[in-house]
Amino acid sequence: MIAAVCCILRRDLLLSLRRRSDVATALLFFVIVASLFPLGIGAEPNLLRSIAPGVIWVAALLSSMLSLGRLFAADHADGTLEQMLLGAAPLGVVAAAKVLAHWLVSGLPLVVIAPLIALQYDLPAPLFGVLALSLLLGTPVLSLVGAIGAALTLGVRGGGVLLSLLVLPLYVPVLIFGAGSVDMAAAGLTPQGQLELLAALLLVSAALAPWAIGAALRISTE
Amino acid sequence: MSATIKWFWYASPQTFLPLAGTMARACWAGAALLALAGLYVGFFVAPTDAQQGEAYRIIFIHVPAAWMSMFLYLVMAGWAALGLAFHTRLSSMMASALAPTGALFTFIALWTGALWGRPTWGTYWVWDARLTSELILLFLYLGFMALQAAIDDPRRADRAGALLAIVGAVNVPIIYYSVQWWNTLHQGASVSLAKAPSMAAAMFAGMILMALAFWCYSIAAALTRVRCIILERR
Amino acid sequence: MSWGGWSGFWAMGGYGLYVWGAYAVTFGALALEILSLVKRSHETKA
Repeated sequence: MIAAVCCILRRDLLLSLRRRSDVATALLFFVIVASLFPLGIGAEPNLLRSIAPGVIWVAALLSSMLSLGRLFAADHADGTLEQMLLGAAPLGVVAAAKVLAHWLVSGLPLVVIAPLIALQYDLPAPLFGVLALSLLLGTPVLSLVGAIGAALTLGVRGGGVLLSLLVLPLYVPVLIFGAGSVDMAAAGLTPQGQLELLAALLLVSAALAPWAIGAALRISTE
Repeated sequence: MSATIKWFWYASPQTFLPLAGTMARACWAGAALLALAGLYVGFFVAPTDAQQGEAYRIIFIHVPAAWMSMFLYLVMAGWAALGLAFHTRLSSMMASALAPTGALFTFIALWTGALWGRPTWGTYWVWDARLTSELILLFLYLGFMALQAAIDDPRRADRAGALLAIVGAVNVPIIYYSVQWWNTLHQGASVSLAKAPSMAAAMFAGMILMALAFWCYSIAAALTRVRCIILERR
Repeated sequence: MSWGGWSGFWAMGGYGLYVWGAYAVTFGALALEILSLVKRSHETKA
């Protein structure tokens, strides 16, 4: 099983590397969206400092959602996905490996880029750690839950927008606790509660989502 | 074989069709009667509230609609789970039939909540925990309906929608709890829209009667719709 | 409820617009649903 995971992980990472522009556009989207808010709201520093956690988190949500289309589409188009379904490795393991590869190129970079956005919003430096940690815990959940939606909407017309409609309500708890943790830290209180809740969400989705993704893949490909 | 219970006798759409028709007619009648009773109690028996005046009478539709919106989602997810587990087509059809009615009640709950909030708390929309959760529930319903509408193959549409409904149902408590926490953090010492006036017995009776009326209505609408779905797919 | 006559009923203590607006939207929406169901069942039987 480990061999299957490593194999799929390596393959997906290699494919993402070859299609660097796809990966880069989603990350660029993250930066652009975050830059739009001051243009729309006004650049008053106190206001920006207070909205920074929410804006960064919403931008992360949207960027994560945009990159979900890539997750299964290519494999579905050339038939590799059906081979994976017929293969020996359990479908949940296959799904988990693909999501992990996806998160490494779409979610993890957000964790790294976010402090730069935070600088744009003049967020105090001590909060960078909380922000990065909340994103580190939250973005895998976004990938896992989003993958369920991606698997359900495989090859369906109106795919991308439909995926957003399906997945954004499910993202709400992650958004609330993620942005909330940074807000708590900004207010001088401890973010521990929210971070622990994010960790709990991560554990639950890591346990349950692969099953749901596998079931959704079966439904979509038969 | 005659001693065994025919568990799945009505699981066939064809045998269910006439039963659904009879049940639907009975429920339409029940809904109308209960609604008349509920509205009579609500407007002519229940006293005027001390704090909110006559504006509180909106609760006779707001609260039952909110209850139904949440209840129908659970029932929908339940039918969806049955359909996935037992591969019965009719279960999935029931789930699809319930969704529009559930979405409608969610919309009614939101709209009447806004109209209740304006005279009572001053604004049409408050980011109250319950109203915000209702809004997200509306998105869940609409997502379910959109997914089923986008998939042409009925079998795939049924099963995909079923999975989505179950995932949504699992998430609803998580979403509700997180929105509750978010509301207390950001609203601070503000009021909750859902704080109903301390209930006189007549107010409570009116609410229960309307809730039962909406329940009968939902059953009737869902059964009528499922009859249409069965006939369309024949 | 102290019966203030029909004018009192419609005015609802000044909140008439809100109360009746809410009831109108509710029963209007339910009526629309019933109408669409009637239309759909006529189409499937036809």
